[in-house]
Amino acid sequence: MDPEETKMSAEHAAYYIPQPSPWPLVATAAAFGLLLGTALAVNGVAAGNYVLVTALGVFAFLLYAWFGEVIRESLNGHYNEKVDRSFRQGMFWFIASEVFFFLAFFGSLFYLRMIALPWLGGEGYLGASQLLHEGFAAHWPTSGPAAVGGAFTPMGAWGIPALNTAILLTSGATITWAHWGLKMERRGHLVWGLVATVALGLLFVALQAYEYHEAYTHLNLTLRSGIYGSTFYLLTGFHGFHVTVGAIMLLAILGRSLRGHFKPANHFGFEAVAWYWHFVDVVWLGLFVFVYLL
Amino acid sequence: MAEKLKDWAARVSGTLLLASGPASAEYGVNFPPPISEGARQIYDVHMLTLGIATVLMVIVTAIVAYSVWAHRKSRGFEADARFHETWFGRWGWTAVPMLVLGIDLSIASSAQTTLEQVWNVPEGADLLDVKVTGHQWWWEYDYIDHGIKVESRATMPEQAGDNYLRDVDHPLVLPTGRKIRFLHTSTDVLHAFWVPALAFKKDAIPGYVTETWAEIEQEGLFRGQCAELCGTWHSRMPIVVKAVSPGEFDEWVAARRASMEAAAAEAASDKEWTRDELFARGEQTYNTVCAACHQVNGEGLPPAFPALKGSPVVLGPIQGHLDVIVNGRPGTAMQAFGQLSDLDIAALTTFERNAWGNETGDVIQPQAVAALRGETRSASR
Amino acid sequence: MSTTAAVLEAEHHARPTGFRRWLFSTNHKDIGTLYLTFALIMLFLGGISAMLIRAELFMPGLQLLDPDLYNNLITNHALLMIFGAVMPAAAGMANWMIPLMIGAPDMALPRMNNLSFWLLPAGATMLILSFVVPFFGGGSQINTGWTLYPPLSTQVGMAMDFLIFALHLMGISSILASINIIVTLLNMRAPGMTLMKMPIFCWAWLVTAFLLILVMPVLAGGITMLLFDRHFGTSFFNAAGGGDPVLFQHLFWFFGHPEVYILLLPAFGIVAHIIPTFARKPLFGYKVVVGSLLGVATLGMVVWAHHQYTIGMSLAAVQYFMIGTILISIPVGLIVFSFIATMWRGSMTFETPMLFAVAIILTFTFGGLSGIMLAVVPADMQYHDSMFVVAHFHYVLLPGAVFGLLAGVFYWLPKWTGRMYDERLGKIFFWTNMVGFNLTFFPQHFLGLAGMPRRIADYNMIFTEFNVVSSVGALLFGASFLLFAYIVVQTVRNGKRVEEPVWEGARGLEWQLPSPPPFHSWEKSPVLT
Ligand code: HEA
Ligand code: HEA
Ligand code: CUA
Ligand SMILES: [Cu+2]
Repeated sequence: MDPEETKMSAEHAAYYIPQPSPWPLVATAAAFGLLLGTALAVNGVAAGNYVLVTALGVFAFLLYAWFGEVIRESLNGHYNEKVDRSFRQGMFWFIASEVFFFLAFFGSLFYLRMIALPWLGGEGYLGASQLLHEGFAAHWPTSGPAAVGGAFTPMGAWGIPALNTAILLTSGATITWAHWGLKMERRGHLVWGLVATVALGLLFVALQAYEYHEAYTHLNLTLRSGIYGSTFYLLTGFHGFHVTVGAIMLLAILGRSLRGHFKPANHFGFEAVAWYWHFVDVVWLGLFVFVYLL
Repeated sequence: MAEKLKDWAARVSGTLLLASGPASAEYGVNFPPPISEGARQIYDVHMLTLGIATVLMVIVTAIVAYSVWAHRKSRGFEADARFHETWFGRWGWTAVPMLVLGIDLSIASSAQTTLEQVWNVPEGADLLDVKVTGHQWWWEYDYIDHGIKVESRATMPEQAGDNYLRDVDHPLVLPTGRKIRFLHTSTDVLHAFWVPALAFKKDAIPGYVTETWAEIEQEGLFRGQCAELCGTWHSRMPIVVKAVSPGEFDEWVAARRASMEAAAAEAASDKEWTRDELFARGEQTYNTVCAACHQVNGEGLPPAFPALKGSPVVLGPIQGHLDVIVNGRPGTAMQAFGQLSDLDIAALTTFERNAWGNETGDVIQPQAVAALRGETRSASR
Repeated sequence: MSTTAAVLEAEHHARPTGFRRWLFSTNHKDIGTLYLTFALIMLFLGGISAMLIRAELFMPGLQLLDPDLYNNLITNHALLMIFGAVMPAAAGMANWMIPLMIGAPDMALPRMNNLSFWLLPAGATMLILSFVVPFFGGGSQINTGWTLYPPLSTQVGMAMDFLIFALHLMGISSILASINIIVTLLNMRAPGMTLMKMPIFCWAWLVTAFLLILVMPVLAGGITMLLFDRHFGTSFFNAAGGGDPVLFQHLFWFFGHPEVYILLLPAFGIVAHIIPTFARKPLFGYKVVVGSLLGVATLGMVVWAHHQYTIGMSLAAVQYFMIGTILISIPVGLIVFSFIATMWRGSMTFETPMLFAVAIILTFTFGGLSGIMLAVVPADMQYHDSMFVVAHFHYVLLPGAVFGLLAGVFYWLPKWTGRMYDERLGKIFFWTNMVGFNLTFFPQHFLGLAGMPRRIADYNMIFTEFNVVSSVGALLFGASFLLFAYIVVQTVRNGKRVEEPVWEGARGLEWQLPSPPPFHSWEKSPVLT
């Protein structure tokens, strides 16, 4: 069937309502298993690990199967413009919810630094907490009155973090460049753009891992290093996790590009991943400023 | 005008309240009589908003009731399709929010002075500082300026009678006619200090200090309870304020200081205690501190509160037994009781190991507790 | 080309049956039915825990429950009711009605729709596990209440981890459902239906879904931090390490306060359909109501700390939160005003849905006014964490959410099933329900004012009288729900067939379809003029 014709029929067909599908139920089972396994594992119940591993397997299979089905439907031209719009809007609101997930962490950081810490140090109108923590100097970075986790060195901004900023910003540019290639129907241009983006993403994750390693071995900066260590790893960790997921999605998109799945007028899969990547990028800028710089 | 409105609102809502519930003073339907200026102001704010709310409720009910009665199909009333074009339909949208805004602002502004009064803790040398520390599940009152301290625990029904859950062994003794600053904190979880006659409550947050203040005008016993869920015995964390005249207060302080010094001397002495002395002392401590959960007969309330009678921990090595008492069992209702003196812990341990048919025959001296404490501390590091 | 079209045609008409129809469903009506059934079951579970709570509080002393079990039950009661009963019931109605109302063939993302549903039973299972694991050697019970404040919640055994994950599952479910609803409303409306012609129920859900997307992730973040504090040695809520237990409260209530409007708005949306139908007069001030919905949501996002007046905030902070909170009476008041003005000079009949609607106006206003009292900081120093608060929130949660949903069931059951409920039983249910409700919760105001804290399993003698009344009322109230279940089952099984029009005064696209509607709702878009 020639592509032009597929597009035509898609335009005119009714809004595509998929047939009954087992995947939501499998997805639920996987999610339930993942969380059940974690709950058991963190409490030292050995069975938890098996549940966790099994659920991970189911989850990987599910992603393959469900997205595989969506891709097939897409290639078969089931999705008209309206369906495409639903997908786009859906992705947009999903990212919006992710933004608020990170805002919770940023908000916590601001609260801890600007309100809780002075209060703890006996400042402000509630100048009484020094009753409990004599001699505690409330300066950020801190690990609290009890110096939980022992003395540590905070993470500087101008080494790896600055480099990582450059890397992520560049990757934002390369994915946009790849998008041009897609629009101009230049497959090589598209593929190389994506390859560069994936490579930068992986480099970022590797550097981040190296930074963690340094922090643990040389700076005594750990997850347990009081509130500084807690917020540092929470924010950078969840961000790093999102970069990793983003990189995996980019790889999937790269595979689909190699097979020529995307058309200049119709490439929601590509765009969704690109948006996600930009989102991860923007979060990093926030991190760089508020976690590392200030 | 405002004064009149307040009076009237108070009367209307008071009547409504009384009409809808048994009106005996014992079974309270409203705040208890306030005993400080701050509490009185809070009471007034409460009555004012209650009055406004009552009036609004009456108005809304009246309008709805009239409409339900008048605009019924069964009475042959035809829908007025042009209602939204009437004068009211056009201006209602502006009038209603303006009206509501007006009421809102008057509520907020009438609360303003009270709020400032309650919030701004006075300063000055004659301020009496009382540090109120919440523990699971008892209160500790530190009279910082006087160097004395009171531990206040719930009494059991046998002693408390009708006041059970609102009665303690040692009340918080406070002088009337003097500004008192309360410094609230906690050693474990959140608690909240609430004496309704003072009309405020404040959270006790571990590691942080919050402040409130009051100047009590009336002598008497005023009862309250912990108001923030703090675990198993949240319901059994009463607060009793005993307000006394300044003279009586000074006497009480002196007596309290003397008894604390005597107790400290006793605990610090190198005296060799006999089994019976320790047992008797331990029984007393047990009944005030432990019996709430483990019961007077040592049989506990399994599964939540294990029996100590025949318990492997109590009958096992002394070290393990002490460890549970001093450090608690994380993740369970068993708290750390390390704040007890060496003597008390020694007595307690001796008692538990020899009561209810636990015939270990062990006698633990305070010095041994001190030594073991040192060890458990370094071991847990 | 023709082959593709033919396949599409065929797919549209294949009607799945048996387990595939229910387990694998991609049909908005079937998924809606699943949601509603699930919600009813959860209402009963939550109700059983409420009955146990009231039984324990019937008399002073500890008779039935040990204190940990009591607080475990209130935690479960609250979460089952909010996350299990009210939110899924509202989502079920959204699923059923939104495509019918806007002339869409289905929800925009049908498979994801099914995922949103199935995550709920998974979450509920996790929640129930969190309740029972302590009885099978899983450490201590969850005695924290639904607010899960640390440090108490860091003391709890592994049950707390189950609870955290239950909330994660239900949270993801709500986020996905909200995305679906927003996309459906923005993308699937029939030609000619502009946003400002959209039925109010749709508007209410659009706003609710926005709120959910904004605040659910914050709850997820907060409980994730709690999990880290519990197991990975972080210090977020631990002052020794420089953290702050109060931070959790901010995160919780940043979610928690908008959450109460998430419960309220869909039910208000339903009332906004019922009153015009039975008053035979269009909704008064449609535009203002839309604006008010947006206003409630916006203001609702920025007043969370009125749940924390006693934590020691600065004067400026409490002033801000007080004024913001009180101002919510403006948009909410406008909606209530619009309801009353719709009734005014209408031609009213009082079938069960309308009876509920009128009762909602009165009882919700009552609860809202006690909310205004709570918002006044100095007075809240006294009310906070007392039974007065419990009275307030049941007076808003039941009228503002549960009754609205019940009214919706009576109003739309004939639409869904093509069968009419028994009006006489409906009225009996309404009156027992209303009497039971007021008897249960009205006396709690007095208890709170007289000094009874909430969340206590045992209380002093002076609180006996009103607790007895409250418990007796609760028994009546609970029993009335048995009648409700009976009415629903009886209608579905052998109710009388409806005659069209179902309700004389009902307007809107949903009423242009037959009752029950065909399996695929609007295969051809209706065109609005
Ligand atoms: C559906 C749920 C719902 C709704 C709609 C509301 C609505 C409101 N709530 Fe409530 N609330 C809860 C559910 C809800 N609440 C819950 C669950 C808790 C306890 C949580 C916990 O601790 O476990 C709580 C607790 C709570 C507190 C904390 C109390 C404490 O712990 O100390 C406060 C304080 O400000 C408050 C205020 C309000 C206000 C001002 C409104 C307003 O939105 C009400 C507005 C409505 C009206 C005012 C009536 C209609 C208006 C008019 C007729 C116009 C005229 C009115 C005026 C001029 C005032 N609520
Ligand atoms: C939408 C939310 C919702 C709903 C619908 C309800 C419904 C009810 N709630 Fe509650 N409740 C909360 C939300 C809700 N609640 C919250 C958030 C809290 C705070 C928790 C906390 O502090 O952390 C709370 C707390 C709470 C308390 C305070 C506990 C305490 O602080 O010590 C009480 C006490 O009376 C109570 C009672 C009831 C009762 C009697 C009902 C009734 O309406 C229930 C009626 C329904 C049924 C009964 C079900 C149907 C019938 C059957 C199951 C058949 C069996 C019936 C019989 C045997 C008669 N609830
Ligand atoms: Cu201490 Cu509740
Ligand atoms: Cu609120």
